[in-house]
Amino acid sequence: MAQMNLLHAINNALDLAMADNDKVLCFGEDVGHFGGVFRSTSGLQDKYGKARCFNTPLTEQGIIGFANGLAAQGSVPIAEIQFADYIFPAFDQIVNETAKFRYRSGNEFNVGSLVIRTPYGGGIAGGLYHSQSPEAYFTGTPGIKVVVPRNPYQAKGLLLASIKDDNPIVFFEPKRLYRASIGEVPEEAYEIELGKAEVVISGSDVTLLGWGAQMETIEKASEMAKEIGISCEVVDLRTLLPWDVDTVAKSVTKTGRLIISHEAPLTGGFAGEISAMISEQCFLSLESPIYRVCGLDTPYPLIQEKEYVADHLKIFEAIKASVNF
Amino acid sequence: MNNPQDNAGNSIHQATFISGHALNVPTLRVLNESGGVIDGAQMPRIDQELAQRIYDTMVYIRVLDERMVGAQRQGRVSFYMTCKGEEASIIGSAAGLSDDDMIMAQYREHGALRYRGFSSENFMNQLFSNGKDLGKGRQMPIHYGSSELNYMTISSPLATQIPQATGYAYGQKLAGNDAITMCYFGEGAASEGDFHAGLNMAAVLNAPAIFYCRNNGYAISTSTDEQYAGDGIAPRGVGYGIETIRVDGNDCLAVLLATQTARQYALAENKPVLIEAMSYRLGAHSTSDDPSGYRSKEEEESWAKIDGVLRFKTWMETQGWWSQEQDEALFDKYRQEILSALKVAEKIAPPRLGELVTDVYSDVPKHLQQQLGELKLHIAKYPEHYPAAKESH
Repeated sequence: MAQMNLLHAINNALDLAMADNDKVLCFGEDVGHFGGVFRSTSGLQDKYGKARCFNTPLTEQGIIGFANGLAAQGSVPIAEIQFADYIFPAFDQIVNETAKFRYRSGNEFNVGSLVIRTPYGGGIAGGLYHSQSPEAYFTGTPGIKVVVPRNPYQAKGLLLASIKDDNPIVFFEPKRLYRASIGEVPEEAYEIELGKAEVVISGSDVTLLGWGAQMETIEKASEMAKEIGISCEVVDLRTLLPWDVDTVAKSVTKTGRLIISHEAPLTGGFAGEISAMISEQCFLSLESPIYRVCGLDTPYPLIQEKEYVADHLKIFEAIKASVNF
Repeated sequence: MNNPQDNAGNSIHQATFISGHALNVPTLRVLNESGGVIDGAQMPRIDQELAQRIYDTMVYIRVLDERMVGAQRQGRVSFYMTCKGEEASIIGSAAGLSDDDMIMAQYREHGALRYRGFSSENFMNQLFSNGKDLGKGRQMPIHYGSSELNYMTISSPLATQIPQATGYAYGQKLAGNDAITMCYFGEGAASEGDFHAGLNMAAVLNAPAIFYCRNNGYAISTSTDEQYAGDGIAPRGVGYGIETIRVDGNDCLAVLLATQTARQYALAENKPVLIEAMSYRLGAHSTSDDPSGYRSKEEEESWAKIDGVLRFKTWMETQGWWSQEQDEALFDKYRQEILSALKVAEKIAPPRLGELVTDVYSDVPKHLQQQLGELKLHIAKYPEHYPAAKESH
């Protein structure tokens, strides 16, 4: 075991994957010698050469188009989009190409080896264009998997599992936690199964569900609730597509209450989908409405970020409202 | 390293533009308009066997297109697109490749697929979306693909294959394959961002790909003068630092020569080449299109006169490699073969209902198994409303 922050854990996973398989390539804007603007690919070009870890021109649609071609050819591309806010020029390549490659060809071809890594989320004073959480644009796209880790240990295990998985993956990295989240991480390779939620804290009164950086905020709210005698079960969804309905439904059946919290805006957010499914699955067990604590339906603000975000106090209030309904 | 002295030797001291039309890109021609070899023209590597394989494919595609437009008019298939007018460009370029080269096409390049050996059964099964379609009946007619023949399955969005070709070629280079990637697209698709992204990346990252622009005059109804203001697509290659050649797309020998030369360069240097083939889409964009709304008969006729199939056939006859009797026999053979394959394919049952949920992922995940289960229960309640599902059970 070693102490690693989330960036080290990502870098370590990429290092192990590149050492394990010559076909693994890491590329994107500033990814090469510089090691990425967040330094997640630091040292990889020195170690594995310029052919396998390199800068691309500044074109997100090009990066993902290129990655699709590489994956179809049999390489294992790990493409970085520098900020999730800038993934949209690549949206067509992801939604119409990556996600449909296997289906449309009747499995004559696939891009299952592809992983798209991208830092997402707020909390770094990044304003409109360095803060977004665009996961719900992708969860409506059959054919890709969407994965979001919450800490260094999870990041390494989920990223290695994503690289090994035979399906294309959009891997959202919580950039607020890149250096802020530090934990024990095994130095050797290990994988965390995709498509499985994790019960992080067991509880009995209300289920709190989230993913990524929001888990830290949710845990903080659960501690406040504990102090006033409310027992929260905290669940990390980890994989958003396809998502683990069973683990969530089992928890809600036990607690009778569900609060979902994400950074992205309320309307059209993935919490809506979870809420609908859990209403169907757990209707007779529910003792209060399913609440969503999310970003406001505005662009991500700058100076009013503190007011905008789904913070621990807003979640705490939702917990009380749910229990006292 | 960026050096401020880099441009010092080439400066001007008066504000003088480089003309937007400074590059007057020449066109490679080997055959004249009546099919004779132009004096002094370089010849491609071609013998009787290769010439006959090319011409055989041209005839096949002419017959297939004619037959399938008819089938669409009869309501037997929903949609079709012909290659008419561009056979020399498409088949001639395919003939300049090795079978190991990956082809990433746009959609009108079934001539290249046929050249590789796609059978009548394969064509028909795809066109009729039946249970034997390699694509499992999931895409509209003409969206062919074959892993065995190194022909990437077509996708409708335009130009998406261009940066993909760069990636595929880069992977071939790293793997040390003796192969390149051939990427076809139209002059309309060259207006998409993916064109710029793909060519620029190929130049910067040294990807052994041929970017083959089929400049056929129209993107559906939009003519080239509404598509670009410059001298076609070729000058853009120069802008990216890519070796570039323009060729008469109705001159099969010139197309073959350009492609053979480009392939040799791409493979030896691990660098891309841009070919712009000037031709004309003699047919409609698709069976859903009517060109009389946007162009004249006179224009079409002027291009029909310099049709590439005719010029190539004339050249073969001059070589003593082809005769009128052989020609008639070949047309007859393919008319019969295609008609009988059509009759078989249209009777083959659609894919099993279960194929609705396969290949979304490498395995069928639980939620899709559940959704399929619910669908089956629903269909069982209203079987008469879903006759195809019943047939495929």
